[in-house]
Amino acid sequence: MKLKNDWPKYYKKDVVSHYCPGCGHGIVHRIVAELLEEMQVGERAICVNPAGCAVLAYLYFDIDMLESAHGRGTAMATGIKRARPDLFVFTYQGDGDLSAIGTAETIHSANRGEHITVIFINNAVYGMTGGQMAPTTLIGQETTTSPLGRNPALEGYPLHITDLVATFRGVIYAERVSLDGPAGVTRTKKAIRNAFQTQIDGLGYSIVEILSACPTNWKMSPVDSFSWIKNEMTREYTPGVLTDKRGDKK
Amino acid sequence: MAQKTGKCTVMVKSESCKGCSLCIEFCKSGKLVLSDKLNKMGYRYAEPVEDTACTGCMICTSICPDLVIEVYDE
Repeated sequence: MKLKNDWPKYYKKDVVSHYCPGCGHGIVHRIVAELLEEMQVGERAICVNPAGCAVLAYLYFDIDMLESAHGRGTAMATGIKRARPDLFVFTYQGDGDLSAIGTAETIHSANRGEHITVIFINNAVYGMTGGQMAPTTLIGQETTTSPLGRNPALEGYPLHITDLVATFRGVIYAERVSLDGPAGVTRTKKAIRNAFQTQIDGLGYSIVEILSACPTNWKMSPVDSFSWIKNEMTREYTPGVLTDKRGDKK
Repeated sequence: MAQKTGKCTVMVKSESCKGCSLCIEFCKSGKLVLSDKLNKMGYRYAEPVEDTACTGCMICTSICPDLVIEVYDE
């Protein structure tokens, strides 16, 4: 008997994560750990954690991790990458971190074209604090702070921050994927691989937005939340490659 | 709790499983079901069905958020 799925080298063994059942974070963590091993960058990788549910990611990854101030992940990653260009630097941020409190840092680091990779988990709510409305919350979506559904007249429209940064000249690779099933897992892995390769090749800034499930705060079962991503969330956030300037740079 | 049928063997680490049922939803051959028992965390965990064959497609391991499923080749 041969084990077909080896435990990823850069994922700590036999740790039960604090994430809720069906949370997309666990799947993305595993994908990132597998890619660090496959692309042979784990030994020189530094990940910058957000404030949010993934704040405890350092308990699960067996690489160097740093904790940034809320939203300032890309600013911190900028400093690390500029001081030590030989390191592989990526941030792992949620929508409350990257597109709410950290909008300024996100936009300016992208505009400067820092040689970092950003993994952006978009679950359309503030997960850790209990499901409040985020800038990325869909129109009509019920949250604890928009119990009648998000009303654009009062709360504005969902923020498409990845589309925004994709228009910058400094952003080399930007892609949005939906983690809504086994095919979504494959697409997510491919997108993060392209983003990591952009940094390894020294081309510049890369960002991957992942539409990820939050069954607890959406008040759905994990299976229902995966179909909600597929049927509702992708209508607002269209998956696909938003910009790919890798060919121009080479 | 290994259960053998077909080409591959599926094992679930029942004490780490949170019972999200994603593996059960996406398994094409219906190899996994939710147990009636609870683990130490209080979740009903996924467990393999004895009489069903596993094709070894690895969809369950790719979708599992908690890395609790192991698939073995015969």
